[in-house]
Amino acid sequence: MNRKIAPNIKDAIDYKLQLKPYEHIKLDNGISVYSVNAGAQEVVQLEMVFYAGNSFEQQRGVAAATNFLLKNGTSTKTAFQINEAFEYYGGYCNRACYNETAVISLHSLTKHVNKLLPVMYEMLTDAVFPEEELKVYKQNAQQRLKVNLQKAEFVAGRLIDSYVYGENHPYGVYTNPLDIESLHTEVCKKFYEQYYLNGNCIIFAAGNFPEQFIKELNAVFGKLKVNTTSIKAPVVDAVPAVEKKYRINNDPNAVQGAIRLASPFPNRHHPDFKKAMVLNTLFGGFFGARLMSNIREDKGYTYGIYSYIQNHLQETAWVVSTEAGKDVSEATIEEVYKEMKRLREEKIGEDELLLVRNYMIGGILGELDGPFQIMAKWKNIVLNNLDETYFYDSVKEIKTVSADALMELANKYLLPEKFYELVVY
Amino acid sequence: MIKFEKFILENGLRVLVHEDKSTPMAVLNVLYDVGAKDENPEKTGFAHLFEHLMFGGSKNIPTYDEPLQLAGGENNAFTTNDLTNYYCQLPAENIETAFWLESDRMLSLAFSKKSLEVQRKVVCEEFKEHYINKPYGGVWHKLRNLAYTVHPYKWMTIGASLKHVEDATLEDVKDFFYKHYTPCNAILVVAGNIDIENIKTLSEKWFGPIPSGKKYNRSIQAEPSQTAPRHLEVKSGVPLDALYKCWHIYPRMDKRYYACDLISDILSGGGSSRLFQSLVKEKQLFSNLDCYHFGSTDAGLMTIEGKLVKGVDIKEAEKAVMEEIMKLQTEGISQTELEKVKNKAESAMAFEDMSLMNRASSIAMYELLGDANLINTELSIYQAVTAEEIKEQSRIIFDDNNCSTMYYLSDN
Repeated sequence: MNRKIAPNIKDAIDYKLQLKPYEHIKLDNGISVYSVNAGAQEVVQLEMVFYAGNSFEQQRGVAAATNFLLKNGTSTKTAFQINEAFEYYGGYCNRACYNETAVISLHSLTKHVNKLLPVMYEMLTDAVFPEEELKVYKQNAQQRLKVNLQKAEFVAGRLIDSYVYGENHPYGVYTNPLDIESLHTEVCKKFYEQYYLNGNCIIFAAGNFPEQFIKELNAVFGKLKVNTTSIKAPVVDAVPAVEKKYRINNDPNAVQGAIRLASPFPNRHHPDFKKAMVLNTLFGGFFGARLMSNIREDKGYTYGIYSYIQNHLQETAWVVSTEAGKDVSEATIEEVYKEMKRLREEKIGEDELLLVRNYMIGGILGELDGPFQIMAKWKNIVLNNLDETYFYDSVKEIKTVSADALMELANKYLLPEKFYELVVY
Repeated sequence: MIKFEKFILENGLRVLVHEDKSTPMAVLNVLYDVGAKDENPEKTGFAHLFEHLMFGGSKNIPTYDEPLQLAGGENNAFTTNDLTNYYCQLPAENIETAFWLESDRMLSLAFSKKSLEVQRKVVCEEFKEHYINKPYGGVWHKLRNLAYTVHPYKWMTIGASLKHVEDATLEDVKDFFYKHYTPCNAILVVAGNIDIENIKTLSEKWFGPIPSGKKYNRSIQAEPSQTAPRHLEVKSGVPLDALYKCWHIYPRMDKRYYACDLISDILSGGGSSRLFQSLVKEKQLFSNLDCYHFGSTDAGLMTIEGKLVKGVDIKEAEKAVMEEIMKLQTEGISQTELEKVKNKAESAMAFEDMSLMNRASSIAMYELLGDANLINTELSIYQAVTAEEIKEQSRIIFDDNNCSTMYYLSDN
C-alpha cells in the first residue's frame, strides 16, 4: 500500500441526479399542496407560505410583527395556551417573515401531527392581536435591535442591502427603533385580514405522513377562505446608491472590520444565473474556494470569507462577506479584487474546474438526502416560478460549463467598479 | 432503532458501523478523546488550535481538503471542552478516499511551520469575531472562571487568552499529537450506504497499520462542592443589563443528569415554559430569558441567563427568578407538564436523527461516554424520570450555596 497514492474515485459528475418528484393536489378551496411522503424517521414538516412578506407593507415592520403575533392569541386561546397546545405534543410551530412571503411552519412527530393542525387553523383564521402582546413584542424587539446594532456584522448586513437596492426597496429597507415604536394592533389586524384571511397560501409538506394525511389537510385547511388568484408583490425599482465606497465607525473598541462587497445581479430566470453559481463556488462558495484559500489559508486575515448570490425573487446581488482583523481589513479588500482579476484574466485549469464540479455535484447529492431537503429544493423552485428543468439544467451546467465561459462571465460581473464596498468597524 | 456494529482493531481503534441503504452518501467520523480540559493551564486553547492544524497536510498527503472535494465530499470539525470531532460526508462509492485521508493524518501530520503560523492568526481572528468584537462575547469566559475553581472547565475551548494561542510552538504541536492523536484514543464511525464487511476490510487496510500509541489516562481534579454563594459584578459597554446564574449539576453519565435536563426544559424550553411565561410575558422583567446546560461529560452547569428590560432593577429581576425556582421546589410539577417535556425530548431526538451526519457523530459521542447504544435507549431513561425526582433535584441543585451569580451591567 502506498499512502501517497489516492484511491480511485468515481467522479461525482458521473452521477445521474434525480430530484424525487412531489405530489401536487389542490384543496377544496384551491390551495396548492406540494408533498413528499418519504423518510425513515417518524416526523413531518409542514410549511404554509403566504404572500405576506414585507414587500406588501405600507409601514415598516408591520409584516414581521403580524407574522410573529399570529401565534399570540385567538378569541379562545391565549399565547400561552397556543404554545402549550404545540409543545405538549413535542411540536414546534415557527413563523418567519421574508420579502415576498411569510411562513408558518410545523415540525411534529408523525403520530401527533393531526392533533396540531386545528391549532394552526385557529391562528390563521382567528388571531386577535392583543394590545398587551404587541406591547411586549415591541419592547423586546427594540431591545434586541439595540444589542444587534452594536454588532458590526449586523450593521454591515443592513447597510450593504440599502446601498444595492435603496432604502425604500423591500430588499434594502431596515427597521429603526422608531418604526417598531410606531406599530399598532389596528395596522397588524388590517394586514392580517388582507394577506392572511384573504391572502394566498401554498402548502409544502414533507416527511413520513400518517395515513390519509392529505385528506386531513383538506379537512382542516380546505376551509380557509383564501384568494386563489395569485397575489403579486408590487414591483419596486431598485434605487442603488451613487456613492460606492463606505467606511463606518460603529464601535470605538472594534478589533475587526465587517467587510461586505456587493454588486447587483439578475434573478434565477436570467441565462447567466446557473453558470454564475459555478463561478461563485470557485470564487468564494466553499472552503476550497479562491477567497478562502488566499485570504484565510494563506494570509490568516480572517476566520472565514465567503461569496454568495442572495436568494431573492426579483433581482438580487452577488456578495462577498467576511470579518477580518482591523489592521488587515483594507488588505483583505485588495486581495478580493486581486482574486476577481485572476478570474477575469487567467483561465481556470481543468483540475480545479473538475474539483469544483465534483464538489458541487457531491453537495447536491447530499442535499437530496431526506424528505425535508428534497422539499426545500422544490419550494425554492416553486416560489421562484420555475420548474424541474431548472434543477436539471443547473446540474448540466455544473457538469459542462467551460473554463472559457466562466472567464467570460467573470469579465461581465466580477468587476470592482460594479461593487459596493463597505467596512464597518 | 438505529442499528450499528462495533469491532476493535488490534491497535485499539474502536470502529462502529451504521448501515443506511436509503442514502447515496457515506459519513466517516473520527472522534479523538481529547478536549480543552486536557490542556495545560498555561497553554489553553491548544486542543482547538490543533484541530485547525489537522487540515494543514499529513505525512503523505499535502492537503486534506482538496482530494476530499475532488471526491465530491465535504468536511468539518469541532472541539469542545471534552472532545475533538472530525467528520466528512461524500458519495458512498468514494468512501475509501475518506479512509485514506483520515488514516494518514492519524498516522502523522506534516507539522508544517507555515500552517501553524497561518492558523494561529486564523484562530485569533475567530477569537476576536466570537468573543471580543461582540456585546456579551466575554461572558462565558468570566462565568467559567467564577463557577470552577480547579476543574479545567474553568477556561473556554477557544482559550483563556489570545496570548496562549499566539505563543503556541511547533514543539507543543508535536507533543500534543503524539500524546492524544493515537488509535487507542480515537473512535471511528462509518455510516451510510456502505457494507459492514467492506468497512472491516478498509479499516484494517488503512487504520490497522498505525501504531497503537499510549492510552492517555487523564487525571483531572474533580471540582469540589461549592459551599458558599459566589458573586461577580462586571461593568461593560453593552446596551442592556444582563443576569447570569449557574449551579453545578451532575456528570453526563450520572442518572440524576436526566432530571436536570428536563428541568431546563420546564423552565425555559419554549413559549409555554415557566420562566418565559412568568418573567418575559407577565411580569415583563426580561426581554429574553433562557435556562440551559452544555451536557458536558464531567459535572456541568445549569445556567439561567437573561437580558433585563430597560429600567428594571437587577436585584428585583433576580428575586423574581428565584421565586419561580422556589415554586418548582415546593410545588413540583404536574403530570401534564412532565409529559410535555418528555414529549419534547422524544421529538427533539427524532429530528436530530434525521441527518446521517448527526447519527454518525451521536454514535461516536455515546461510545465515548461508554455506551453507543444510548442512542437507542436514552429516551427510555428520560421517560422514566418522575415528578418526584424533578422536585427533589430542583431542591438539591438550586441551592444558594451551589450558585454563582454574575451581574453584567451596562456602563452607559
